[in-house]
Amino acid sequence: MKRFAPLIVLAAMAVLPLLGLSSYVMHLLILVIMWSVSGMAWNLLGGYTGQVSFGHAAFFGLGAYCAGLASFHLNLSSWYGFPLSIPFVAATALVMGLIVLRLRGPYFVLATLALGEIMRITAENLTDLTQGNLGIMIQRTWVEKTGYYYVILGVAALTFWVVKLLAESRWGYYFVAIREDQDAAESLGINTTLYKTIALTVSAVITGFSGAFYMNYMGYIDPQVVFSLGDISILTIMVVMVGGVATYWGPVVGAVIMVLLAEVIRSLPYVGTAYQTLFGVLLIVIIIYLPNGLVGDRQTLARLFKKKGAAV
Amino acid sequence: MALLTVDKVSMFFGGLAALSNISFSVEQGEILALIGPNGAGKTTLFNVVNGFYKPSRGEVRFKDRTVSGLKPHQICRLGVARTFQVVKPLQRMSVLDNVIASAFLRSRTKAGAERRALEILEFTGLMEDRAMISKGLPLGKRKRLEIARALATEPELILLDESFAGLNPAELDVSIEIIKGIKKKGVTIMIIEHHMKVIMSISDRIVVLNYGQKIAEGTPAEISANPLVVEAYLGEAEGA
Repeated sequence: MKRFAPLIVLAAMAVLPLLGLSSYVMHLLILVIMWSVSGMAWNLLGGYTGQVSFGHAAFFGLGAYCAGLASFHLNLSSWYGFPLSIPFVAATALVMGLIVLRLRGPYFVLATLALGEIMRITAENLTDLTQGNLGIMIQRTWVEKTGYYYVILGVAALTFWVVKLLAESRWGYYFVAIREDQDAAESLGINTTLYKTIALTVSAVITGFSGAFYMNYMGYIDPQVVFSLGDISILTIMVVMVGGVATYWGPVVGAVIMVLLAEVIRSLPYVGTAYQTLFGVLLIVIIIYLPNGLVGDRQTLARLFKKKGAAV
Repeated sequence: MALLTVDKVSMFFGGLAALSNISFSVEQGEILALIGPNGAGKTTLFNVVNGFYKPSRGEVRFKDRTVSGLKPHQICRLGVARTFQVVKPLQRMSVLDNVIASAFLRSRTKAGAERRALEILEFTGLMEDRAMISKGLPLGKRKRLEIARALATEPELILLDESFAGLNPAELDVSIEIIKGIKKKGVTIMIIEHHMKVIMSISDRIVVLNYGQKIAEGTPAEISANPLVVEAYLGEAEGA
């Protein structure tokens, strides 16, 4: 049964649009799936391999700009952003890896944070290429949401499958070994630099897809949005932390919660504009009480609810 | 032919000579013990052999090939595995997964790696604990897990860094049997140990370090009779 869970979820998701959901609900679903993709991608590097990146907006934004610029400068369909983003994002990840993967712990985190910001500032200032803060506007393919829904659902299914395949392979064992103890891993014959680079590159390319999709779906991007530290890099981390680090379903659960929470909080009077503050509070609570996220600590959660039930 | 040759190796940290001009060799199939007081440079020497440090001077040869300067994972692939004095289990992985991760070095398939890992868990007496998350293992078994992981890389030379420290007498006996079993398989062993009874009973030869210098080398009988060693490390018989 458990083996078929992903297929069942996929089938259920595939028939959802047939229910005639409102455009707003479809929009939320699309965002949830898109953030699941970003979360699953980040999880490969941050969750399994233990290299916490605060700079994944670099890859998200690059993917988005590949799609946007393909349409804006080359007059190609913005869907070419998906294949086009692969070489650009992979090359960026390799160069970035060369620099930051030598660093460990907090130094690695700070370096990735800086690189995300470098990408944003570069995009803001390369005005001939990117139009800077004016942003890029493209013609969207569909007015209806259903097409976008199926595209991102396909990307998500592919991502889920790739992550699962990797995590259960030799590479997956190596990723986790590196997370648990880099020196031990190295002395057990694991080329830690190589496998960290692989994790970073695969993670980056998938994040780039998420960004390319965002461009296609939203029709407008600017550097402040797609290279955003708070709204992209940190939100990606939150999705994984809330859902469950190094679990298959964690990023999906996290994406559901974060997207819905953002919608709810933003619509509240008075506190709406402070939604990032509330996210921060939520993150602290999660780290203290459910350090493995909702999926990772589901036993703890179940016990909590049982106790309450018994007391009543 | 010597399996491993340490040739005039010196290791400096700033102005401090952690190792100065150390030379010795390890013969195929023997158990060579490395002893000496705390801070003598034993673990530093392991770190040089295993590739964590590149020696400041001199070189290390494994099977007549210069290995100093290679990365630890390359040296491991050539056939040198090690354990750590301060154990480094992959904490949030099960005991079995710890060993599988190492066994993947010589096995392309997961089934092959798992089969190899199970054999090794049987050999090291960790079979019943295979599903346990290694964080929860008691120290004695964690020390054995270190050995199991190193064995899973199918080494020709295994470096054991204080694999007996902190064990109770019963665990000690189990570990001694494991070491003897490793030797029987034809794996050469280099071991750092403070437990003199163990050292004297299992080792073929002993190298003694003191303040980063080699002060003696010989059979257990020669070493226990060497006045330099007695003064530096073993202690005077009448004083004890």
